[in-house]
Amino acid sequence: MIEKELVIIGGGPAGLSAAKVASEAGMKVALFERSFSLGGQLIKQTHKFFGSESQYARVRGIEIADILINETRKHDVEIFLNATVVGLYKDNIITVYQDEKYFKVKAKAIIIATGASEKFLAFENNDLPGIYGAGAVQTLMNIHGVLPGKEVVMVGSGNIGLIVSYQLIQAGVKVKALVEAAGHIGGYLVHASKLRRLGVDIITNTTVKRAVGNGKLERIVTVKLDDKWQEIEGSEEVIECDALCISVGLSPLHQLLSMGNANMLYVNELGGLVPIKTCDYETSIPHVYACGDVTGIEEASSAMVEGKIAGLMAAKHLGFIHPNYDSLEAELNQQLCVLRQGPCGEKIRCGLKKVGEIYD
Amino acid sequence: MIEKTGAATIELVKSKFPDKHVLVRPKAIIECYKEIPCNPCETSCPFDAIYIGSDINQIPRIDFNKCTGCGICAQACPGLAIMVAMIKDGKAYFKIPYELLPLPIVGERWSAANRYGDVLDKPCLIENVKKTKDRTTIVTVSIEQPYLYEFATIGSKL
Ligand SMILES: Cc1cc2nc3c(=O)[nH]c(=O)nc-3n(C[C@H](O)[C@H](O)[C@H](O)COP(=O)(O)OP(=O)(O)OC[C@H]3O[C@@H](n4cnc5c(N)ncnc54)[C@H](O)[C@@H]3O)c2cc1C
Ligand code: SF4
Ligand code: SF4
Repeated sequence: MIEKELVIIGGGPAGLSAAKVASEAGMKVALFERSFSLGGQLIKQTHKFFGSESQYARVRGIEIADILINETRKHDVEIFLNATVVGLYKDNIITVYQDEKYFKVKAKAIIIATGASEKFLAFENNDLPGIYGAGAVQTLMNIHGVLPGKEVVMVGSGNIGLIVSYQLIQAGVKVKALVEAAGHIGGYLVHASKLRRLGVDIITNTTVKRAVGNGKLERIVTVKLDDKWQEIEGSEEVIECDALCISVGLSPLHQLLSMGNANMLYVNELGGLVPIKTCDYETSIPHVYACGDVTGIEEASSAMVEGKIAGLMAAKHLGFIHPNYDSLEAELNQQLCVLRQGPCGEKIRCGLKKVGEIYD
Repeated sequence: MIEKTGAATIELVKSKFPDKHVLVRPKAIIECYKEIPCNPCETSCPFDAIYIGSDINQIPRIDFNKCTGCGICAQACPGLAIMVAMIKDGKAYFKIPYELLPLPIVGERWSAANRYGDVLDKPCLIENVKKTKDRTTIVTVSIEQPYLYEFATIGSKL
């Protein structure tokens, strides 16, 4: 069995940030990423990010990925690509699947930063070709350069739905409408305004009832919802489109943690099943830490800060004290407070409270 | 309403404009109506004209006395929520951030759209196109002054 000091699972903003800080503290880090490249969600984000300078605000997501990847390279982190971690067992042992082979790795500490997966929506014919998740559309368009269709309807007005709609327009696709079940837009209004002035109809209190098409999507039928989210009879409308993009939220990729028997809790505000953790980001399994979207759906800005804290703490508990430990710890916690302070942070604050973190 | 439609009402828009006589010089119009954790507008302004403060969730406030209309914030804002407006010789001039292709060319006439995406009755004239390293192009356009509070972006080439 291979032995490593610190194993990081997931090479998104959280995992990369953890790798940097833990290496700075003197640990030998091995990072496992199931995809063919590092960066996680960031490599699909062509828009400028929010936040403040310390989280690379106004830099495009894909460029933030480059910055983080270069920093990791500087630190001599051992990187395994196309390497999916498929098991987490007792005594901090993981199984990795790479090149059609399985191998086991034993680690002194493990940081889980596996991110999230997309939720889907139940409606009639939701398996017709032409119906995609927003993540799949981004992968097709921004990584492989393939358009999902000519005329798209987006479902869901959270930031992801709004941003992917904008990217579709940039790619030359017509976004015919954006439908939202709630009574108001979920994401940042600045993103919504950007779409609206380009002529995208934003329709609230509405959902998709059924998809129609012969072998592929040709149109959808929408229906209005009342305040209790019940369908209003007779309010059906038809929208012609050859692609439908579903963006109704993400849920944490908790499987490894569940498999390792970590204490978990279902927290709606955080997107699903999340690990209970200490303020050092340690789960109920000793020396197994978790950070980023896998501990609650949030933003890359907070995922980076959480990753740094997890790296700092995983190292500290094994006796590797970062040269700037004290100032870093205080500064990182302060950054999280600021990011989560406003009305947009209310949901996450409320969710984190349920797993024992207080931001008041 | 903006929470439902994504479009600011005329009253809301006007609340972000200075008095017309101030617009003889170019000024930044910051249409950021909701508290979000974001502050590049403040940190990018070389003249300290925008204030958010240490709680980056606060809504940006502008000091029109300090604003020179340089447009740096309009290029920095990740929400594309800032434009620069000016009135000159009966025309309204705007510098807007633009991230679509094809880019307009100076001298072309383009349709203009309001905040709902409706095409305005009058077209606008492309006055300047400034490509930038970060790939948000700043386009300067002019349109008749009555459209001052309505103009939001350019549509397509006429
Ligand atoms: C369209 C869109 C727009 C966004 N816009 C913004 C924005 O403007 N600002 C912002 O701050 N945030 C934004 N985000 C959110 C941001 O991308 C995420 O919050 C962030 O990427 C989470 O980071 P992470 O490292 O926790 O997870 P991820 O980025 O999801 O990375 C997880 C990584 O783990 C890997 N992995 C998963 N399971 C395994 C396994 N078993 N073995 C090995 N590897 C595994 C995955 O392949 C992935 O690379 C946006 C997201 C989307 C989808
Ligand atoms: S236009 Fe220039 S001076 Fe005015 S607020 Fe923006 S950056 Fe500052
Ligand atoms: S940079 Fe733009 S989106 Fe961010 S706070 Fe300033 S105006 Fe709002």
